[in-house]
Amino acid sequence: MTAESLQISNEESGSIVSPTKTITLRIARSNPNTNTELRFDEFKVPYQKWTTVLDTILEVKKYLDHSVAVRYSCRQASCGSCGMKINGKPSLACFTKITELNSDVVTVEPMNNFPIIRDLTVGFDRMFSNHKKIKPFIINEESEITSGTKEFLQTPEEVEKYIQFSSCIKCGLCNSVCPTMATDSSFIGPQALAQAYRYVADNRDKGKDERLKIIDDSHGIFRCHFAGSCSQVCPKGVDPAMGIQLLRGYLLGFRD
Amino acid sequence: MANIDENKEGIKGMINPTRYGIERFAYLLMRLTGLGLLAYFVAHIYETSMILQGKVGWDEFLAITQTTEGHIILALVIGMSVFHTVNGIRVMLGHGGVGVGKPARPDYPYPAYSQNARHKITIYSAIVLAAIAMMYGLAVMFGE
Amino acid sequence: MRESIIMKIHYGTAVAAVALVAVHILFRLTQGFAESLEYESVIANYEFLPYAGMLEIILILISIHGFNGLRVVLIELKQGSQYEKSVTYGCLAAMVLVILYGSRTILMTSMGMV
Repeated sequence: MTAESLQISNEESGSIVSPTKTITLRIARSNPNTNTELRFDEFKVPYQKWTTVLDTILEVKKYLDHSVAVRYSCRQASCGSCGMKINGKPSLACFTKITELNSDVVTVEPMNNFPIIRDLTVGFDRMFSNHKKIKPFIINEESEITSGTKEFLQTPEEVEKYIQFSSCIKCGLCNSVCPTMATDSSFIGPQALAQAYRYVADNRDKGKDERLKIIDDSHGIFRCHFAGSCSQVCPKGVDPAMGIQLLRGYLLGFRD
Repeated sequence: MANIDENKEGIKGMINPTRYGIERFAYLLMRLTGLGLLAYFVAHIYETSMILQGKVGWDEFLAITQTTEGHIILALVIGMSVFHTVNGIRVMLGHGGVGVGKPARPDYPYPAYSQNARHKITIYSAIVLAAIAMMYGLAVMFGE
Repeated sequence: MRESIIMKIHYGTAVAAVALVAVHILFRLTQGFAESLEYESVIANYEFLPYAGMLEIILILISIHGFNGLRVVLIELKQGSQYEKSVTYGCLAAMVLVILYGSRTILMTSMGMV
């Protein structure tokens, strides 16, 4: 586009461009492999009204410090990769706008209750193994072997019972904020428990008793005390606290 | 297998009641009141065993507990009992899935329906009732 | 014992204790505060056997509830099979001790052995 045509299009569009402001982005830097002490590197980064925290981190990576380690992918809150602590609260970096933080200083740190790999990147092995523990698949012996011979019928009402919990993107924010996980390394975690309910509530599944046995453990569902912080930070509206209490209702005899 | 540093928040994370709503504060208060009440319970069992020392022993021990400090501690115990009871009933029902909302298709801005007004009101009520009970207790103890 | 059974006991003892402790407190309020703590009033209460029986039940209920709560708090703070076993048996032992000590008071006083 020529400079002249650009000028014409700018004049004709009549759109108000968001003024550029600057924030101080403090990024936690650490490397457990080289025993590097935790430190905070500060960067002055420009932002506009649509700029997300992830945008500012990538701006730093592009122009100021390429060595910042950060996990990200979809940039639209559907992959769950960019979970981190932003001004002390676990959030998705791509889903948090700078303007909604109401602060000139934005501090980003790795999520708590996950081992740090480097800088903002954390390890998900424990969360994934806890997730696998609760058998996150439909358990039904009547599954057909030859395709096309059988279907599991499910009404819209039956779908509504579990669809909310299937929105989980495994971002780990719930595990990060859970007060039990803050001190209990053996606790299975709100993510796994909510997913256990997702399958128990699915009428196609026949593995309820199996899953209830797995979570009926000294570090299982009863170490959840309904603090509700997991639901406060969930970016997809999964509301793990609701799922966990509904699941516990089966064990306590409130539901059968 | 080597111990992996899980970057746990630790006790600081467990006792931090800020930032995540009144439910998190209620969780912390529930723990604190529970431990406080357990300590009082053990002390109370010891205190009441003084009855076996006869009238003299009983009156001697009563002189220690029926002081300003003793009355304040008892008022705190009253407050802790009321909060722990009312919040405990809320938590017990919540644990059974009562009052936590109904699953529905999530929609932006994705509110958490389990963190609803029913639970918030019950928590505030528990705190208010505890305060009222404490004031009543103090009025009875210091009124005589 | 499965955790669900332990927690059902935890909730059951809570509900029962609330009702009985309310009765215990109301009993104390039948007289003036200072009057109800006098030696003779307390002895009279213990010698009224239904009340002594209620106190025994409260003792057991709250010991179970309280020490199970302590067990939960402690095993969430630190993990490890040795530690957790020690906490479980330690809390169980403390619970039994408190019940025995309190029962001794109730039995001896209600039987007039003071």
